[in-house]
Amino acid sequence: MSEFQRPSSKKEFDRNFSQIKPFLNETQAYYESSRCLFCYDAPCIQACPTGIDIPLFIRQIHSGNTIGAAKTIYDANYLGHACGQVCPTEVLCEGACVYNHQHIKPIEIGRLQSFATTQAIIQNKKLFITGKPNGKKVAVIGAGPAGISCACELRMLGYEVDIFEAKEKPSGLTLYGVAPYKITNKEALDEIKYLQEQFEFSVKYRSPIVSKRDIEKLEIKYDAIFIGIGLGETSEIKISGENLRNCVGATEFIEKLRLTQHRVHVGNKVIVLGGGNTAMDAASESARMGADKVILAYRRSKEEMKAYDFEYELAKKVGVKSLFNVAPVKIIGKTKVESIKFIRTRTRRGKIEAIKGTEFVENCDMVIKATGQAKHVDFFSHIPGLELDDSGRIRVNKMFQTKNKKYFAAGDAANGGKEVVNAAAEGKAAARGIHRFIIGK
Amino acid sequence: MPDLSVNFAGIKSPNPFWLASAPPTNSGYQVMKAFDAGWGGAVWKTLGIPIVNVSSRYGALNYRDTRMMGFNNIELISDRPLKDNLREIEEVKKHFPNHAVVASLMVQSREEWHQIVKDVENAGADGVELNFGCPHGMCERGMGSAVGQEPNVLKTIVSWVKEVSKKPVIVKLTPNITDITEPAIAARLGGADAISLINTIQSLVGVDLDNFVTYPAVDGKSTNGGYCGPAVKPIALNMVKNCAQEQGVNLPISGIGGIENWRDAVEFILLGATNVQVCTAVMHYGFGIIREMIPGLERYMADKGFNHINEMVGKALPNIKTWENLNLNYKVIAEINKKKCIECQLCYIACEDGAHQAIGLPKGNGQRVPFIIEENCVGCNLCSLVCPVEGCITMVRKDDGSKVETWHDRTEKGNIPTTFNDQLAGGTHHWIPEPLDALKHKKSNRD
Repeated sequence: MSEFQRPSSKKEFDRNFSQIKPFLNETQAYYESSRCLFCYDAPCIQACPTGIDIPLFIRQIHSGNTIGAAKTIYDANYLGHACGQVCPTEVLCEGACVYNHQHIKPIEIGRLQSFATTQAIIQNKKLFITGKPNGKKVAVIGAGPAGISCACELRMLGYEVDIFEAKEKPSGLTLYGVAPYKITNKEALDEIKYLQEQFEFSVKYRSPIVSKRDIEKLEIKYDAIFIGIGLGETSEIKISGENLRNCVGATEFIEKLRLTQHRVHVGNKVIVLGGGNTAMDAASESARMGADKVILAYRRSKEEMKAYDFEYELAKKVGVKSLFNVAPVKIIGKTKVESIKFIRTRTRRGKIEAIKGTEFVENCDMVIKATGQAKHVDFFSHIPGLELDDSGRIRVNKMFQTKNKKYFAAGDAANGGKEVVNAAAEGKAAARGIHRFIIGK
Repeated sequence: MPDLSVNFAGIKSPNPFWLASAPPTNSGYQVMKAFDAGWGGAVWKTLGIPIVNVSSRYGALNYRDTRMMGFNNIELISDRPLKDNLREIEEVKKHFPNHAVVASLMVQSREEWHQIVKDVENAGADGVELNFGCPHGMCERGMGSAVGQEPNVLKTIVSWVKEVSKKPVIVKLTPNITDITEPAIAARLGGADAISLINTIQSLVGVDLDNFVTYPAVDGKSTNGGYCGPAVKPIALNMVKNCAQEQGVNLPISGIGGIENWRDAVEFILLGATNVQVCTAVMHYGFGIIREMIPGLERYMADKGFNHINEMVGKALPNIKTWENLNLNYKVIAEINKKKCIECQLCYIACEDGAHQAIGLPKGNGQRVPFIIEENCVGCNLCSLVCPVEGCITMVRKDDGSKVETWHDRTEKGNIPTTFNDQLAGGTHHWIPEPLDALKHKKSNRD
């Protein structure tokens, strides 16, 4: 699997991680947009969590009103550009395109969307006029998709908004968690900058809200607080050897990859534990970083993988191999990871059973755990009355209001880990909820 | 194998596909190349006193992903000296004696007409085509469509030409007129041997929204041009049919207007053309399109059992009636093939907003295939036309065909509506929603 050379420079990194949805040029956009049928009650709109009027923006692109198209997109989804790039369009809008019924290639909606938003961002076109100040203030915790989306909508409704972000940069998972071949760092940050200039919300970076005292301060100053902090670090799988060197969490690995790019160390033989989309990303990324061999190891069968088919295909395409129905027993090594001992499994009535006597050892020099992320349970305990469900997600009502009426939550912290587009949709809806709570509308 | 050769008013060619008088026939080089590619004839770019052209000459109407669905030009007749053209005509005829070379002509005085007709016939042209159609540039000088719009002038000039011509004379007609048969009849009265139509339609192809000038712009200014290309075919077909059905014309017709494949050509022939002329499609794709046209026509003729083009000419004419002679009892209703439906619901919204509210949508989860409300369907075809899937919506006949009754029949029987609120009105018993039903959805949204 020497398809990819180890990148030693940013240029080589960019080549290994070239965009899987490259920008359309004007001619491509012209022809692609011409194919849209302008369906009535279009299934693509229904499939979009943010309900973008897709046939309309495509028609606008085709008639040469690209900025108008961008307005249509941003009217529905403040993270229009990020979503055009990173959305799993194959299972959303493009998967719903009626052309699929006749085995005709669906419209490339994601790429058309980015085509329009790119024009608006490059030209720095002001598309929105924020609402008349209503004198109320809202704190948004987390500058990820949910928080940014919530902030934009709140500004439209006339609120003063301060975003508190623990990290150095905004965008959340779009910057720190999405595979680099889906969106570049620059694009993700440019969109936030573009939004911030229009919506004029403030973002306080390196300002984690963690303690009870932090929260109490916010409560005094703000009329409502929005929690958009996503998920925490990769959770422990609780087997021995987990603390050996070169055994890392997928979330942490991807974040490091996004920020330090070619400088990230990747082993020669990498085993990725997990069967979700994050596992697929981590495996693809290891392969693109020049690992000789990358193996996905999943406790259940191929059919039971939670990853989208196209994500699995993407991993396979770069040479990733798979082991199904295997559970790690322990990670072996002196100081560094040397191998994993697995046991074969089967699924019976939905539960996994280890099959006795089927242990085997697979050598490796790196283990990436894509086995789920922890919730910020400690932090949540500081908020009086906040209720969590069994899996640690914040319980919210239809308005995205938590059991503590002053607090609203959306995105991964409330939904347990979905797409950027879900966070964008929920963050905006939560702003409406906050408005209803404060103003009664 | 069917015989594609044609004798058009005495001009013979190996097939009915001619190049129209236009930029593709500007030179001997192009015409030779075309004949070599398989074209049966060519009408030379119009000769006369050479003109001076402007730079920036063409404009186009694009539709969705299709370039040049309509095409517009402000180019004039040949800008090359007559003697060069004559020498090249002679050379082409020497190499392609069995192909048709027709000289298109446009001059003013009787002397000029006499001289140029003799010149081109001496050069070996198989006939002449009088350009009474050009709707831009030349008409302001009293030529082209200025002649085609004045039947008496047209007739006089044709008779001048006939005074000296020994070869067939074709008159090319302009569509920029209310009744195309008037100049056609005048051509016959003047002694023409054939007519060709249509020339281009006077047009502005579009406006530059930034510079406030129409296309094509010449140094920030523009002028009307002549419109052609696939978009004009329906207009041309109707005019060809009008001339073919008019007893007073009774001349062979060369069909022109938006032809770019064998199907288009067959349509013109079925409506009364003996041959066809092509320009825009060649300007778009080159002479090579003939490779599709000839075998397509051959296969069609073989499938239909036609041995010769003449057997097809005007074959559709008996079926074109005036409206009052159409059967009012004929009834078709749309039928949707559920298996083919892709659920775009374009048929629904087209019928709902643009026709007769005769298509419904299923209620219930995920169901999207529309259904026809038979009692509302008037059989207008709109749904089947907007449907993007081949063969998904078909129009199915519902009457048994036993009773034919036309407007004409009903008029004779006194069985037609004659007063404003007559109960015999066709829509009297047709279901129409109440105006306020249009706003009902707003109410339900609020609930």
